Amino acid sequence: MAVLSEEQEMLRNMAREWVANESPVAKFRAVRAGGEPRAYDPAAYATMAQMGWTGVIIPEAFGGYDFGWLSAGMIVEELGKTVTASPLVATTLAAAAIVLGGSDEQKARWLPQLASGAVIGTLAIDEGPHHNPRTLATTVAGGALTGTKAFVHEAHDATLFVVAAADGLYLVEGAEGTVDVATRHLADMRSHAQVTFSGAAAQKLEHGGDDLLDKVLDRARILTACEMLGMAQQVFDTTLGYLKQRVQFNQVLSSFQALQHRMADLFGDLAMMRSAVEGGLQALDSGVMVPQAAALAKAEANRVLHTISREGVQLHGGIGMTDEYDIGFYLKRARVLEASWGTTSFLKDRFATLSGY
Amino acid sequence: MATRPMTDKDAANEAFRQEVRQFLADHFPPELKGKGNPMAGVESDLRETEAQKRWRAAMGSKGWGTPTWPAAYGGGGLSRGQAAILNEELARAGAYNPIGGMGVMMFGPTLLEYGNEQQKQEHIPPICRGEIRWCQGYSEPNAGSDLANLQTTAEDKGDHYLVNGQKTWTSGGQWADKCFCLVRTDRSDKHKGISFLLIDMKAPGVEVRPIRMISGLSPFCETFFTDVKVPKENLVGREGEGWTIGKRLLQHERTNLSGGGSMARMMGPRLSDLAKKYRETDADGALADKVLRDRIADFEIRWGAFLLTARRATEESKAQGGVSEISSVLKKLGTKLGQERAELTIEIMGLQGLGWEGEGFSDAELSGVRAWLFGKATTIYGGSTEIQSNIIAKRVLGMLDHQ
Repeated sequence: MAVLSEEQEMLRNMAREWVANESPVAKFRAVRAGGEPRAYDPAAYATMAQMGWTGVIIPEAFGGYDFGWLSAGMIVEELGKTVTASPLVATTLAAAAIVLGGSDEQKARWLPQLASGAVIGTLAIDEGPHHNPRTLATTVAGGALTGTKAFVHEAHDATLFVVAAADGLYLVEGAEGTVDVATRHLADMRSHAQVTFSGAAAQKLEHGGDDLLDKVLDRARILTACEMLGMAQQVFDTTLGYLKQRVQFNQVLSSFQALQHRMADLFGDLAMMRSAVEGGLQALDSGVMVPQAAALAKAEANRVLHTISREGVQLHGGIGMTDEYDIGFYLKRARVLEASWGTTSFLKDRFATLSGY
Repeated sequence: MATRPMTDKDAANEAFRQEVRQFLADHFPPELKGKGNPMAGVESDLRETEAQKRWRAAMGSKGWGTPTWPAAYGGGGLSRGQAAILNEELARAGAYNPIGGMGVMMFGPTLLEYGNEQQKQEHIPPICRGEIRWCQGYSEPNAGSDLANLQTTAEDKGDHYLVNGQKTWTSGGQWADKCFCLVRTDRSDKHKGISFLLIDMKAPGVEVRPIRMISGLSPFCETFFTDVKVPKENLVGREGEGWTIGKRLLQHERTNLSGGGSMARMMGPRLSDLAKKYRETDADGALADKVLRDRIADFEIRWGAFLLTARRATEESKAQGGVSEISSVLKKLGTKLGQERAELTIEIMGLQGLGWEGEGFSDAELSGVRAWLFGKATTIYGGSTEIQSNIIAKRVLGMLDHQ
């Protein structure tokens, strides 16, 4: 765990307490049972907004708290521990795009509402099942944006889309007739949709440089890795707890060396994942080597969460295969997040290119 | 970011930085710029040039080779902040720290914690001045991973101990002046029968035989003790406290093995730079062999995550004080990655990377081969990877053995 300021420690403890008391995995089960395509509890999101979590990276001048990315990441990590469903990550990333690339008018129009929780935003970038921001067919003509975006996170309640077109990023407001949201049910039972824009009114994000999209994606990679870190930590802790109480051959499983060494291996992996993810957050706050740090953070998050979620099921034995047990939620969510904003092979290629080989 | 007004602390740090710069200008021999510390390695004899000797004496008299150790025992007495400034200025001037070895890395910190006043007065200052080389008498032929099975005995003879037995894998034993040693003072209890004793390597009855390794080098020795008389005042802690003290020392050793010391020495140029030198690149400068490129990126990402972990452990230990059981995690990860790197290096170079001696190979190629082979020891010594996994599982994760 990174060494935190007093303010960050308070925020982390608040998040930890709220998640443990108010948002256990049972809450996600209830959301799933409800069957709503939005797949989160609006009351819970309203509480998050009241606690200020929607404004962590938004400047104070625009209604936020300007606490920085390490603070935002710690909250998202805590939410990941109980697979808490919410549009917090999506909205934070939409806000980040406007902070980086918006005009003063755009910031004044959107950031206070994103910070207050009144508006839900999301990124609409990829156009197929693979993260591929270099090939985009979406176009804008005369301020009207046309294109189809695949597997958009948290689109159902979003009224603000940050859309990647071939020539840059645009803000599009959800509107009947020009923005169509079609649900795509994925294994993680969260909000995913194909979003079709048919001549939707679009405003370009003119600032932030030619690499604005890359900058936004770096933030998406790091913040997603934070959710993955919380999940990996929880799977590890749950599995360790299970091994310590499950008895076979008249011994607790944790007393078998074959299992001890597997857990020691995973513990080392988890340490590396935490360092990589926290390193990414610190890079965002200091502005140093962000693209490399982002590729490294999510590549490690992919590698380690993949391993831990797989081993978590195996080490639980048969009970890990049951829907009644929580571990399966983490496995399914893990694969969705691994594929979002860059698979491991995409990220390794990007890391090598950024490093000049 | 807004410029912060200068505080008293900033001013004091700035004054200290100027003091270090002046000291370096006065004392650092320019011909040593960019050279490594001859005392840092266990692989080579200590043969110093006059300039190296002068530089060691200058740093030793300031205590700056051991910057945060207490000034009362010859250390620098610096705060961590000042030590960081000192390191920055050394690096800026291309100067190495001439004070090193096992005395600095392992024995000194342990003696400062467990030694009595007289022992600290006697042994710490010569370490700070780099005058005494220490070696480690831990492993025995039948006490490797099962270290507590050690049988070298120290018999109480009233005013002295009489030591008999054999140690092995004594790093740098042939060049050491003194040995910190685990000995058995009681046969009735495996762990509580062990004591921590300091032995003069020049004493009658001590015999050292270098062992030739697969690397062709002989950095380790067998050490034989035959009726060696050791004064009673050389016992550190109480009789039977050796296992506790000895384990503490191993935490210091592991921290060094994984992070700073030997890992850093094994590191050459970046693998990707090496690959671009030895392998073809395509028009845009990327490696033409895409499978190799992927494997290098895969390694570099994990290596980056490891370095961040080592940094995080340092920051956390600063906040919590002292080394911890996390040292086992770092040792396990760092040594495995170091070996993986050495294997990749050879693969990148092809047969050119397997030269043993003679013509047709650069110095870097030849030393790389020896480093690859020597590196195989890193997952065995200081507690093997398997022992580290036991420590992590039991001490950190609380996974206890069969009851």
